[in-house]
Amino acid sequence: MDYQMTDEQRIIIDMVRKFVREEIVPLEDKLDPDAGEIDPEDHARLVEMTKNMGLYGLGIPPEFGGPEIDVTTMTLMAFEMAQHRAGLYNPCYSVFGGAGLAQLYEATDAQKEKYLYPVLRGEKGAFFGLTEPSGGSDPARAIQTRAVKDGSDWVLNGAKIFISGADRADFGILFARTDAEKGRGGITCFLIDTDMPGFNVRRVVHTLRSARYATEISIEDLRVPEENVLGEVNKGFAIANDRLSRQRIPYAAGCVGVAMKAQEMAIEYCKIRETFGAPLATRQSIQWMIVDNEIDIRTARHICLEAAQKADRGESFRTEAAMAKLLGSEAGGRVVDRAMQIHGGYGMTKDLPLERWYREMRIRRIGEGPSEVQRLVMARDLIGGSFH
Amino acid sequence: MSIRLDKPFQELTPENIDKLQAQLGVYQIAEPDGTISYIGYAGGRSLFGLNGDLKKELENRNGQPALFRHEVNMQYMSRHEELLMLHVADFGELPERNRRERNHKLGRLRPAG
Ligand SMILES: Cc1cc2nc3c(=O)[nH]c(=O)nc-3n(C[C@H](O)[C@H](O)[C@H](O)COP(=O)(O)OP(=O)(O)OC[C@H]3O[C@@H](n4cnc5c(N)ncnc54)[C@H](O)[C@@H]3O)c2cc1C
Repeated sequence: MDYQMTDEQRIIIDMVRKFVREEIVPLEDKLDPDAGEIDPEDHARLVEMTKNMGLYGLGIPPEFGGPEIDVTTMTLMAFEMAQHRAGLYNPCYSVFGGAGLAQLYEATDAQKEKYLYPVLRGEKGAFFGLTEPSGGSDPARAIQTRAVKDGSDWVLNGAKIFISGADRADFGILFARTDAEKGRGGITCFLIDTDMPGFNVRRVVHTLRSARYATEISIEDLRVPEENVLGEVNKGFAIANDRLSRQRIPYAAGCVGVAMKAQEMAIEYCKIRETFGAPLATRQSIQWMIVDNEIDIRTARHICLEAAQKADRGESFRTEAAMAKLLGSEAGGRVVDRAMQIHGGYGMTKDLPLERWYREMRIRRIGEGPSEVQRLVMARDLIGGSFH
Repeated sequence: MSIRLDKPFQELTPENIDKLQAQLGVYQIAEPDGTISYIGYAGGRSLFGLNGDLKKELENRNGQPALFRHEVNMQYMSRHEELLMLHVADFGELPERNRRERNHKLGRLRPAG
């Protein structure tokens, strides 16, 4: 059964759709096809617009100044906000504001003052540093960065890889092992200022995603004061896991949004492109691609909304969020791929956004927990027990 | 693998540019003494890729001699950012023209060695 929007949701979604099509897409016509940012003046102008729409600060809890919008409505919005060239990794170029790293809402008052509020004001940017050269799927075992207590400080040594935006960030959340004997019970989360001596971004890691690149970090005798421990010592893994679960719904919704736009483009194109004397739309093989796209989109959309509704009801949504992440990223990839096939040669060009979505969508099956890890999460919930 | 663009400079002449195809990538323009004055990229909107963009660079020099070197690279966006950051790491600031043109925040890179 398709989700029935409330009147209020319908108004919001229509407004966001219009905004994306009339304000965001035209700007992209002038940008490089791989651009990750818009002109700062345009950004400031559009932020004013989203503030006037009452939608600025999406994802920020109302008690911290964000709008009163539930997860389901945010998910519906995320479907729309991704429907432009840069939409997968920078929906609407962040002009709806950002909630920042969710873990910061649980920080101490002093940490909130130094890190959270400047992020909410748009003054500071942050990175999330979990993955290491030794692995990202199983951080509980893979993390080798060590933190050793020295007086009232912690001294960190190690390396991180694939960390998005660390080169531009003012600070970051970094996970390190504080107890070598305990697996997941020996990891602590630290708040790191990027100008602290011993923190160095060594190189750009070039991937399929050229606009928002990842980086490699080295950590050498990085001295972090005790007050920069986020949460409790040895309880960092729960913080990492919590973020990964929460992130899965909007992450999946972005994939679905792009798939919806790719499908719209494919339908339009197959009706006007003629081969062998008739439009592509009359060919059964093309019709089946369109139908398969629709099945993929509706299934993924449905699961995203189911996860969001469970979150809104305060129920556990871990299985649904993992399913949404898996389905959204995999179905999204298939839809974009079919849309490219229908567009023929043009589908391969940088003239259309499909080529960028194709590359970036591939990363979605790896980032924020690869497909195999999502299956593992679901299997744990379905079969019970924890597989070590 | 060096992350710097360290192959030898060539003279920015029509003959040298004509050896390049219309591929996408990054390039550096330098003064005859080797001082890098611009780091650019030929992206998806460039009409004839590196070939076309370097011809424009040549035109803009109005007969002033210059050097160039390039790298064909489909990840021209992240490679361009990397080259800008490396330049700041090596010389303390961006090349003069990039300083004027840039209106986005640049990251900080401290390569090892
Ligand atoms: C562009 C990009 C940006 C990123 N940004 C960040 C960031 O900002 N911060 C951050 O911390 N990380 C980031 N990552 C890292 C990302 O989260 C990891 O790449 C991901 O978690 C997988 O870890 P890995 O690459 O070490 O693969 P591995 O853990 O080595 O896994 C390799 C493969 O094996 C599969 N696999 C693992 N375990 C099992 C199993 N039990 N059964 C079957 N298959 C299994 C995995 O699914 C994967 O396909 C980014 C990655 C990319 C590509």
